[in-house]
Amino acid sequence: MDEHGLRALIREVEAGRLSRRVFIQTMVGLGLTAPMAAQMLASAGVAQAQPKSPAFTPAKRGGGGPVKILLWQAPTLLNPHFAVGTKDQIASRVFYEPLGSYDPEGNLVPFLAAEVPSLQNGMVTKDGLSVTWRLKKNVTWQDGKPFSADDVIFNWEYVSDPATAAVTAGPYKDIARIDKLDNHTVKIVFKNPTPFWSAPFCGATGMIIPKHLFEAFKGAKSREAPTNLRPVGTGAFKFVDFKPGDIVRGEINPSYHVANRPFFDQIELKGGGDAISAARAVIQTGEYDYAWNLQVEDDILKRLEQGGKGRVDIAATGNIEHIQLNNTDPWTEVEGERSSAKSKHPTLTDPAVRQALNLLVDRASVQEQIYGRTGLATANFLNAPEKFRSKNTRFEFTIEKANQILDQAGWKRGSDGIRAKDGKKLKYVYQTSINAPRQKNQQIVKQACAKAGIDIEIKAVTASVYFSSDPANWDTYNHFATDIQMYTTTMTEPDPGRFMDQFTSWEVSQKANKWQGRNKTRWQNTEYDKVWKAAEAEMDPVKRAALFIKMNDLVIQNVVVIPVVYRPRVAGISHRMRDAVQSGWDVDGWNLPYWYRQT
Amino acid sequence: MAANSTASGSLAGTLPLPRHRASDSLWVEALLRFRRHRLAMFGALALAVIVVAVVAGPFVYRVPINEIDFKAKLQGPSLAHPLGTDDLGQDLLARVLYGGRISLAVGVAAMLIAISVGTVVGAVSGYGSGTTDHVLMRITDLFLSLPQLPLLLLIVCLFRDMLKKLLGPEAGIFILIVAVIGGLRWMPVARLVRAQFLSIREKEFVEAARGLGVSPLRQVIRHILPNAVGPVIVAGSLDVATAIIAESSLSFLGLGFPPDIPTWGRILFDAKDNLDFAPHWAIFPGTAIFLTVLSINYIGDGLRDALDPRKVIG
Amino acid sequence: MSTYLFRRTLIAIPSLLGISLILFTVLALAPGDPFEELATNPNVPAEVRLNLRAQFGLDDPLPVRYVRWLAAMLKGEWGFSFASRINVDTLILQRLPTTIFVIGSAQLLGLLLALPIGIYSAVRPYSVFDQIATTFAYVGFSLPTFFTGLVFILVFSIYLEWLPFIFRSDLSATGLQWAWEMFRQSIMPISVLGLFQGASMTRFVRSAVLEVIKLDYINTARAKGLSEWVTIVKHVVRNALIPVVTLVALQIPGIFTGAVITEQIFRVPGIGSLLITAILANDTPVIMAIVFVFSCLVVLFNLVADIVYGWLDPRITYR
Repeated sequence: MDEHGLRALIREVEAGRLSRRVFIQTMVGLGLTAPMAAQMLASAGVAQAQPKSPAFTPAKRGGGGPVKILLWQAPTLLNPHFAVGTKDQIASRVFYEPLGSYDPEGNLVPFLAAEVPSLQNGMVTKDGLSVTWRLKKNVTWQDGKPFSADDVIFNWEYVSDPATAAVTAGPYKDIARIDKLDNHTVKIVFKNPTPFWSAPFCGATGMIIPKHLFEAFKGAKSREAPTNLRPVGTGAFKFVDFKPGDIVRGEINPSYHVANRPFFDQIELKGGGDAISAARAVIQTGEYDYAWNLQVEDDILKRLEQGGKGRVDIAATGNIEHIQLNNTDPWTEVEGERSSAKSKHPTLTDPAVRQALNLLVDRASVQEQIYGRTGLATANFLNAPEKFRSKNTRFEFTIEKANQILDQAGWKRGSDGIRAKDGKKLKYVYQTSINAPRQKNQQIVKQACAKAGIDIEIKAVTASVYFSSDPANWDTYNHFATDIQMYTTTMTEPDPGRFMDQFTSWEVSQKANKWQGRNKTRWQNTEYDKVWKAAEAEMDPVKRAALFIKMNDLVIQNVVVIPVVYRPRVAGISHRMRDAVQSGWDVDGWNLPYWYRQT
Repeated sequence: MAANSTASGSLAGTLPLPRHRASDSLWVEALLRFRRHRLAMFGALALAVIVVAVVAGPFVYRVPINEIDFKAKLQGPSLAHPLGTDDLGQDLLARVLYGGRISLAVGVAAMLIAISVGTVVGAVSGYGSGTTDHVLMRITDLFLSLPQLPLLLLIVCLFRDMLKKLLGPEAGIFILIVAVIGGLRWMPVARLVRAQFLSIREKEFVEAARGLGVSPLRQVIRHILPNAVGPVIVAGSLDVATAIIAESSLSFLGLGFPPDIPTWGRILFDAKDNLDFAPHWAIFPGTAIFLTVLSINYIGDGLRDALDPRKVIG
Repeated sequence: MSTYLFRRTLIAIPSLLGISLILFTVLALAPGDPFEELATNPNVPAEVRLNLRAQFGLDDPLPVRYVRWLAAMLKGEWGFSFASRINVDTLILQRLPTTIFVIGSAQLLGLLLALPIGIYSAVRPYSVFDQIATTFAYVGFSLPTFFTGLVFILVFSIYLEWLPFIFRSDLSATGLQWAWEMFRQSIMPISVLGLFQGASMTRFVRSAVLEVIKLDYINTARAKGLSEWVTIVKHVVRNALIPVVTLVALQIPGIFTGAVITEQIFRVPGIGSLLITAILANDTPVIMAIVFVFSCLVVLFNLVADIVYGWLDPRITYR
């Protein structure tokens, strides 16, 4: 789909012939994000959907008793700028809030901001160089101090100090300066035109910490701040107790800035254990109200749901489980480096082999038998649909066709049943991390490949090693020193810019960059590079979207990777909980102040 | 009386008597005693059946271990699948039979390593005492306190590829697993044997042997060790179970056999999440481990009773 | 005896130093990176990770890091957790009461089961009681705790709905209510672990008692007309205790490191789960502190065991 097609679709939405929701879903299917889709609609003048008015409008604050949340990975710290994983972001989010965040449809909704900036209201400039935020005026920190523009500016300074080593630094690095227009208005000025101006101060990385408590602990002293462990935020709950790796407790904030919220009087986040028993505690026994990130096979979830006390909630994200094919030779060392960018894979660089492998991944079975609702084999990622929600671009799984392609390309079966050409055999090592669904996935692929004369050796590396950034270990996904590998790339930002740079030639993962480059397959393509650079500077959201779709097509046509399934986020929610919705573009509990329980 | 008979028996062994015949009859007697030990015979028989089943089974029962059939997943025992199927529809009987080869081999080999290393270290330490004892026991302490997970990860990182190249993937991994499990399980045995030795080496019959100028090695092998063998046998039979289970946890570190190769411990682990829906999946490998360990234990009991002339056979 | 003790303590110091050096080397060489989760996140610039590594001194050579750790440890500074950014001793102290309560009770339960069952089995070897005890012991031992724990949860929490299966370290109740809640949530983890420990211990007790029960002096004691019970307790058990003491001495340090799998299943916030998360997150200061305390306990309790041997059997001498 090109720019033209996109504009046509937007007109359909404008005319009311197409629902917003379907439009957004399609964009997500094309590898874009919901926030980006929402932005396209906004730029075309299609009014933002009014956030659904909550069904529950309480007349007073509190009275709901405790709410109990299970995280099977336990939070270890409570400073959002040091959050190592989602678990820490969720725990921090109980106490801290961003200026704005994204609802499940990708709409930007205000938290600490009085209103959402847009081109229409003039707070975002046309050149993309600045954005103005008006802050809510009645907000106080939980220790009684007022929240103001200084806090916002401080957070930028805090994060951008390299000595602080804040993990949230990424979204803030393009800010040139922040002007304080008045006590409750800030203007963020970017270094370059920034199509995605809502990266800083929004969503999971946008939480704002109080200046008056952290000012003395900026930079190298950041780790000594007592508030790191006893957060004082603006959120709906006040800090009570924290045991790292075990439990976080909070109580209602009586001066929360949203009237009559929250509903619950206490909150408890309990960590540890495993995903399945977390699912049991929420869905089967009702001991807890909400469980995060249930990486459990859908068959099991379905059984638990039968006659249980809770249900499974599924939220779309941009995370994709995919198989990567190595473009370089992992088995020959070039200048002391396996999979050197200077080498070429002896067999996997043959387009016929790639096409065949693409046909041998039985995504339908993977979805149906392993992931169910928790992993969707989306055909749309492969070929942009000509018409809306086209069903005719399903992924193909055909051993016959794969055999045909390999026969035509001259790969002949040997006496051992393995195909070979010029003495080079189609024998591959296929690695991934240790994780039950992944191992099943490997077995399904292995069996299909065996029928097509391709021999696969399965290798599974323990996750803590596989995903480590240790330059000395050859088993990591960064080194990719095997022929084939599989993992999920997460789209942690609502903008696909950073996501798509994993196929650019300057990101090639190699010794020179200690294998920190994001391009693991070492596929290099000048056209792709050009398109990516064009997208970086494109201010028109629709043109930009078209460029991203073009990038997707290049990746898929060349079988750089074989997408397997999208991984939506899965939470377990008690039947009695209401409005506890997930947003794929922010962490669980993003709308915690609005949760309530039906009695 | 009993202790005396041991002492005098060993005395007899050291005197210039026709030695062969004495030890011959000792062994024959032991064998007879073992054969009269009903539970030991039962254990030996059961273990033999298990061994024959896993060695010959896959040749007779020729269903492939990795034939994926989603239509038949999580089915209970039936004619087509005598032990049912797992969640990929793979035949459990085939997997239990095939997995038994690995589990049995790993269990027994790792147990033998743990027992022999432990016994040697414990015996040398307990008999030698002084500096030898100190050095050996501090090494034991070191091994006891090593954090196993990082150590295992380090071993994988250092040795896996090397052994794979040297011995081929299967043999390499087997050796690695057995060495790792055995190498991290010998310490309790060493402590137990040493404790027994400390006590036994001061007993009268050892004193007597020492007084008669019996060489230390002979003292240890003929007189002390047989009396210290009780805890070793118990530890040995328990170690088989531990090793079988430990093997499955090793595969979760990427150290074990590739994930598509079934072993008893691994089948049991995979089955646990479906325990309430498909109990058959767990019951069969669990029973197999239990029967193996139980029969090895009975054989051990029988051996001990047979080798020890004091014992009355019940 | 006192010179022996003195010498042993003196020897313990260099051996503990040696152990700590080896531990440190293993941890430093083992693959992994404490900030690996950041590496998979495309939004975290690589510089941040490098800065963090520098801030925590991870890029210094191994000997420098070891000496720094040792110097801090000697001053009583346990180090600073990479993952939680707080002092390691605070982290460990938070976990200690729960660990000692749960794991300690489990060990006690195991011992309380193993001693009478083991002794009775040995007194009546191959009786019906012995056979049943043996079978149960082996069932208990063949099934790993991840399995028995799950069976317990399925039966008691899900089908019968009697017990909660999530252990909460800070119950909101007080007084008797608190004790009752604590009891309810502790039964399952303690039983799972206690039964598993008890199973193997029973076998060792039985074997040890069996060794001595047929010895002469026991028969002499019987012949003296001492009652069976007195004979067993006074003569048999005392002499049979040596292997049991060895095992207990091996297991007591384990109370400190906890029981990883059981803690994981029931979400018991013990040191075992702290250790395993630290290991998975490559949080070296935490691992180092826990493991080092553990090795001190190992050395200490092995010394205690040696002394107890001398008390149990006065003929054992120390050279």
